[in-house]
Amino acid sequence: MREAKKIGAEALAEKGWLTSHKWLILRRISQLVTLALFLVGPLAGLWIVKGNLAYSLTLNTLPLADPYVLLQSLLAGHIPEKMALIGVVIVLAFYFLVGGRVYCSWVCPVNMITDAAAWLRGRINIKGGAHISRKLRYWVLAMTLVLAAVTGTIAWELINPVSMLHRGLIFSIGMTWVIILAVFLLDLFVSANAWCGHVCPVGAFYSLLGKWSPLRVSAAQREACNDCMDCYAVCPEPQVIKPALKGAKQDIGPVILSPNCTNCGRCIDVCSKDVFHFGLRSAK
Amino acid sequence: MNDTNGKAPGARQASRRQFLIDMAKTACTVGLMGTGLGLYAKQAKALPPLAIRPPGALLEADFQGACIRCGLCVRDCPYNILELAKPEHDVATGTPYFVARNLPCEMCEDIPCVKACPTGALDHQLTDINKSKMGLAVLIDHETCLNFLGLRCDVCYRVCPVIDKAITLEMAPNLRTGKHTMFLPTVHSDHCTGCGKCEKSCVLEEAAIKVLPAKLAKGKLGYHYRLGWEEKTKAGKSLVAPDVEHQYTLPEGYKYEQGRGLIPGSSGESVAPGTQPGIPKALQGDKL
Ligand code: SF4
Ligand code: SF4
Ligand code: SF4
Ligand code: SF4
Ligand code: SF4
Repeated sequence: MREAKKIGAEALAEKGWLTSHKWLILRRISQLVTLALFLVGPLAGLWIVKGNLAYSLTLNTLPLADPYVLLQSLLAGHIPEKMALIGVVIVLAFYFLVGGRVYCSWVCPVNMITDAAAWLRGRINIKGGAHISRKLRYWVLAMTLVLAAVTGTIAWELINPVSMLHRGLIFSIGMTWVIILAVFLLDLFVSANAWCGHVCPVGAFYSLLGKWSPLRVSAAQREACNDCMDCYAVCPEPQVIKPALKGAKQDIGPVILSPNCTNCGRCIDVCSKDVFHFGLRSAK
Repeated sequence: MNDTNGKAPGARQASRRQFLIDMAKTACTVGLMGTGLGLYAKQAKALPPLAIRPPGALLEADFQGACIRCGLCVRDCPYNILELAKPEHDVATGTPYFVARNLPCEMCEDIPCVKACPTGALDHQLTDINKSKMGLAVLIDHETCLNFLGLRCDVCYRVCPVIDKAITLEMAPNLRTGKHTMFLPTVHSDHCTGCGKCEKSCVLEEAAIKVLPAKLAKGKLGYHYRLGWEEKTKAGKSLVAPDVEHQYTLPEGYKYEQGRGLIPGSSGESVAPGTQPGIPKALQGDKL
């Protein structure tokens, strides 16, 4: 009955399972290892990393701090101590280099939830849904910053599903699962990629941070594209692909420049023609 | 050609209209979200009285702008007394607190919780734990405190890490028995750290002594109030009117001495000059 072919079927047939899932597997490993590093402390007493994504201390020496939370704290009128400042500089430098939204696809624990919703949406064939502007997230981002300044508190942290989930998993989950379930259902029924692609201000913040990052995905072999549309179907931000993939005539380079590309590499996996590669922004 | 030329401005206008409508919609949605969250944030600024922040915590309003909810303080507390608030708690989500009646602060000398805090939400200026002000203990229920009932419990006094400074036993006559002394546990705000050990160890079913936020627990004199006796010592003399020697109205043939009371026998000495002994002073004209 289902006529729509499975996304990536061609790639699977041509490249084999492992190659056509390479980046997905690496990404899941990255997400799970990150989480595991935080978890072996409380679970096994092995304190490699202490804290959570807002701020963490690795091996009692390496501080890492979330620039978005600290920006809100700054706007709320607080200047942090040295450790948080060092941590934030390291994190800023890292995501500036590898792409801001690498945070989303390689680190953020909510990504596994929203990816699961997207997968299920495809499996049970839910189509369409509410129209939400992809710009909404930037409005939400602005709102959270204004609110920090107006209330003098880090207001967004009261309800931020990203930090709530991470903190919940590492400290104790309580009723956090209700909020995570809400995000899952939003993505499943209301609109595809609703949370990460439209609403989440954390992702929006990191996209701005990675606006000029050198590491990008490039549709280098775009002449080989056979218009199977699998990359569009699998990409959580499909609007970023078109200019690079189809821009040859308008003299647009093959590098995906939109900061909303999450550098997840799924387009590389599902393309049977090997159109996409990781490369540098400067590549032609 | 003509056709498209005629149509293009209209279409452009329509798409522009749509764009503006979309933008207004987004702005309204976000505005509503922001207002809701703002109100919630305002509400969350009120810390419930029994939740106590770790030592060195900034004032609540500042704390919620400074604490990034990393939990490092929780991890470095050797007694594991701290917890990060879960969304269902009525403490701002993710911020650290403890409940004294469950586990009080052990007042570690090296204050590891403050040292661990990367943001200074726990103020790094605090280096002497005895100077911390997590809250203020109050002997809140005089009706059930065993010492107030005239017994000798003293537990809150004994466990206080700042014993005899933060908490003392003040003696008062037991009017019920008429011959015993009550030892009333009395907290002194300039030394109490709010650690909560007293509340934790109160032997009652529900503690009669509780640590409260200082703001709830402390009264405040009007700024223009002066304590006469202190001003007097400062100045070395009375500042109001010259002190009048105290005079007593006594039954005939008695004299009065402070501490000893009425003494039968000699009279006269404590009777003010110019007054008639035996007649109440109020009836002796306007001499006073
Ligand atoms: S958009 Fe937000 S929730 Fe989604 S992966 Fe990025 S940070 Fe996480
Ligand atoms: S363009 Fe490719 S790498 Fe970028 S988000 Fe889409 S699928 Fe991921
Ligand atoms: S002073 Fe010690 S017991 Fe008290 S909160 Fe800090 S680390 Fe824990
Ligand atoms: S260590 Fe500081 S910033 Fe982190 S949770 Fe504790 S008080 Fe907040
Ligand atoms: S809270 Fe109680 S035990 Fe702690 S310093 Fe104050 S009076 Fe002493």
